[in-house]
Amino acid sequence: MILAVLSGFLAALILAFSGKLFRGRLSVLLGLLPLSIFNYFLYFFPDISAGKVITFSYRWIPSLGINLDFRLDGLSMLFVMLITGIGALIYFYAASYLEGHKFLDRFYAYLSLFMGSMLGLVLADNTLLIFIFWELTSISSFFLIGFNNDNAESRKSALMALAITGCGGFFLLASFVLMGIATQTYSIGQMLAAPGFLKEQPAYELVLFFLFVGSFSKSAQFPFHFWLPGAMKAPTPVSAYLHSATMVKAGIYLLARFSPLLGDHLLWTNTLMITGGFTMLYAAAHSVFKKDLKSILAYSTISALGMLVFLIGIGTRYAIVAAAAFILVHALYKAGLFLITGIIDHEAGTRNIDKLGGLRKWFPLVALAGLLAALSSAGVPLTFGFIGKDLIYEATLHTQDFFRYTLTPLALITNILLLYAGFSTGIRPFAGSIPENLSKGPLHPSLSPLLWIPPLILGGLSIFFGLLPYVPDQLLVSHAASSIYGSYIFLPLKIWHGFNLTLLLSAVTIVAGAALYFLYRPATASAATQYWLQWFSPQHLTEWTGEKTRLFAYHYTKMLQNGYLRSYILTITVFLIGLIGYRFFSTVDLRVNTSGFTEIRFFEFVVFAITVIATITTVFTNSRLTAIVSMSIIGLSICLIYVYYGAPDLAMTQFTIDTLTVVLFVLVLYRLPQYLINSNRKMKLRDGLVAFSFGTLISLITLQALISPANKEISRFYADNAYLLAKGKNVVNVILVDFRGADTMVETMVLTIAALGVYSLLKLNVKPTDKD
Amino acid sequence: MEYLLIFLIGLLYSSGIYLMLRKSMVKLLLGLILLGNGANILIFLMGDIAKGQPPIIPRDASIFTQMYADPVPQSLILTAIVISFGLQSFAIILLKRVYQMTKSDNLDTLNTHEIDI
Amino acid sequence: MQSTILKTATNYLLPLLLLFSVFILLRGHYESGGGFVGGLVASIAFVLHSFAYGLERTQKLLKYPPKSFIPVGLLLSFMSGVLPMFGGKAYMTGVWSSEPLPVIGLVGSALFFDIGVFIVVIGVTLTILFTISESIDQ
Repeated sequence: MILAVLSGFLAALILAFSGKLFRGRLSVLLGLLPLSIFNYFLYFFPDISAGKVITFSYRWIPSLGINLDFRLDGLSMLFVMLITGIGALIYFYAASYLEGHKFLDRFYAYLSLFMGSMLGLVLADNTLLIFIFWELTSISSFFLIGFNNDNAESRKSALMALAITGCGGFFLLASFVLMGIATQTYSIGQMLAAPGFLKEQPAYELVLFFLFVGSFSKSAQFPFHFWLPGAMKAPTPVSAYLHSATMVKAGIYLLARFSPLLGDHLLWTNTLMITGGFTMLYAAAHSVFKKDLKSILAYSTISALGMLVFLIGIGTRYAIVAAAAFILVHALYKAGLFLITGIIDHEAGTRNIDKLGGLRKWFPLVALAGLLAALSSAGVPLTFGFIGKDLIYEATLHTQDFFRYTLTPLALITNILLLYAGFSTGIRPFAGSIPENLSKGPLHPSLSPLLWIPPLILGGLSIFFGLLPYVPDQLLVSHAASSIYGSYIFLPLKIWHGFNLTLLLSAVTIVAGAALYFLYRPATASAATQYWLQWFSPQHLTEWTGEKTRLFAYHYTKMLQNGYLRSYILTITVFLIGLIGYRFFSTVDLRVNTSGFTEIRFFEFVVFAITVIATITTVFTNSRLTAIVSMSIIGLSICLIYVYYGAPDLAMTQFTIDTLTVVLFVLVLYRLPQYLINSNRKMKLRDGLVAFSFGTLISLITLQALISPANKEISRFYADNAYLLAKGKNVVNVILVDFRGADTMVETMVLTIAALGVYSLLKLNVKPTDKD
Repeated sequence: MEYLLIFLIGLLYSSGIYLMLRKSMVKLLLGLILLGNGANILIFLMGDIAKGQPPIIPRDASIFTQMYADPVPQSLILTAIVISFGLQSFAIILLKRVYQMTKSDNLDTLNTHEIDI
Repeated sequence: MQSTILKTATNYLLPLLLLFSVFILLRGHYESGGGFVGGLVASIAFVLHSFAYGLERTQKLLKYPPKSFIPVGLLLSFMSGVLPMFGGKAYMTGVWSSEPLPVIGLVGSALFFDIGVFIVVIGVTLTILFTISESIDQ
């Protein structure tokens, strides 16, 4: 099992190193990977059908509570089948679709990475593990959307998708952590053992909120929906796989997964119904105005996702079965439509529905696949879509009074619009006569079977499942629905429910949708009327925020990181003055206690006076030699201070170092020109003020520190034990070479590094022209 | 004497900062050295100066019998002095190299500002 | 900078200063002094020599390039710490001879450590100063 999950990652890794092998025709072989995983999971069907839950556990980071715990139940099985089954078709399809692309190997690496993460996501039992895989799907989606990385729009869309889904991921993590704190476990299996527990926790609202933000962002629910149309910049197989059949359903998966834990609560039900309901209507309405095939599909996908959220929100037995069935229905027909769109784009060179028509004459088999998918999406009887649509109406009709009369029309309108979208993409390009711009024939006259077989399989499955609903029901839908519901549901899918309201609604849907399709053509909407609406759209607001953040960062960086060393020092100093000064004056009461201080003797005063004069000279002199000499005078005076106050070692060191520093300075600076630059008076005044306040502050702090009692324990220990333990009488030296010998060792290493630095800096030959 | 030293610390700190705020690289270096000196005296002062004797145990004894200067700040400063020598020499050479390449003592000419992001 | 007075003075000062530096080094454990100061004094002696006679003469006098002193010193310091480990003690545990020597006192591992520091300091200082002098002569 772990191999099955991780094989995607392994494949990505192998492709990273041996990519050249799979750039050409051999890429077809890669399709065997999802196919074999698909076959592997087929073996679990008997167990799943018996209602068992299969778990696997591998130790990974037990200290953090993260183990590779996997859990296969009906819901996971449904998704695994979609991921690997559709994945296999996509792998084969892409081999022909992107044939000859120079980064084909990279494409497959991303795709494998995605497949692995998605499998991990739907199989993981540990919430933290879910989060990791969740983020991985976002990242692989980012790579795939931006696959045509020479296109600026592509890059922008990829970033947008990453930003939205990535942000959502953080919310998800927050939700998981809160759940973990409340339940003391990160295992979903253990949480499911006590399903009602979380609902009584005080953190419930917060958990729910974070979970919703995470799921909605991934599943493109309003107001996070706008990244999905942008994601259509990805190559069409990717759109079909990630952005319609699998990844965007990760949010749905999550809601379904946590439905038994968190659902059946007013907050849960209402939020999901309102968000899902609004999204499905909003997006379906949008899809009607689009002319680009992929845009239509993108919006109808959002709408379908809204429908799923809506159904999970309703949460009744009917709704859950409808949701489980609709996941499958939608994946089958929408992936098919995407693949067909890909073929059209590939062969006709356009995706604009106004410029397409009559393509059935080119590719009759593709047209057949398109027809099947469109019929299924329309919910025409004897297709799987019909069953799905029936269940949706059943679900809305089996709610309580108020909802019954509001939700049913909502679903009806959405379905009519979705039917239109399905027909527009699946039938319209193939109907009628070939327009003039396409009179030259297809771009690639011999259509590879790798392109047309996958959509035909998907279309065929839609019909097959429609004719024999018992098959998908027994294999997938009923078990998935039971997992979502939390207990076993017995509600078999049927082709025929008899003459009732549901059938009437289905009929109305088909008739109205077909009428819409035949009577309405999308007009070019005038840009001006849409403008003000555009401003309030979430997409615009996000872009606006992003742009302003970038500008702010730019100015902020320019102000603080301007590259002038002086301004850094100034900023740091001013900040220090402010911070220390505030702390100092607000907490320490200034008092002066001179009782412990020594008298000022005459020679001390002389040394002091010399130091002050030398310091002032160093600062204000215009000759550098003078500055160096007066600086060495400062050093020597300090040396005297050390001598007076019982530090002969320091005095000696200071003296020798001072000598060497002067030698160094004279050796080097002798060759440099005079200082020429003079700052203006205003700047000097400002710097002087800052420097003065800093010095004053340090003096005040020193004064206070001197008065405060100090802890002398360490000094006493060293002094008392210098001879007893280390057989030395010069305590300073004993500390250096014995007590703290390792420190001195490191210090000599630092000196060595400095010497090596000097040596290499001078021996390294960089010519002046290398400056830039 | 403590007063004078406290004043001296303040003076060295402000001179150091003032010099570091200049445009000249040489002044930057001088400022750094002054700041280091100020810090050394500050640490030294914290060890209660003026208590007289160096921290050396008398010849005929194995422990201190009289007052002695605090050895810990002294060993800290000794380390600091030696390390700062390493730092200074490296900085001086760096300065020399920069000057060789840019023919300027002005720190601002090293700046590559206005990089468009 | 070829001054006769300086040259003559250096002839006497160099051995004197070197002797003094060793003295400072060895008495370090009992009186003020130690490896750092000793090393610096010795470096100053050589710098003085280079001022008087030129860099090449000094380098000849040293026989080995100053940077080769650094690893020798580091190794000596390090080994003085390792030594007690052979006796089953922790790194850098002090060990001493039983009988004191004149001037130096008890010979212990700390003394070797200090000698190591002494050599490193000479190596570092002279490397820095000589490299600079060389680059200026070019």
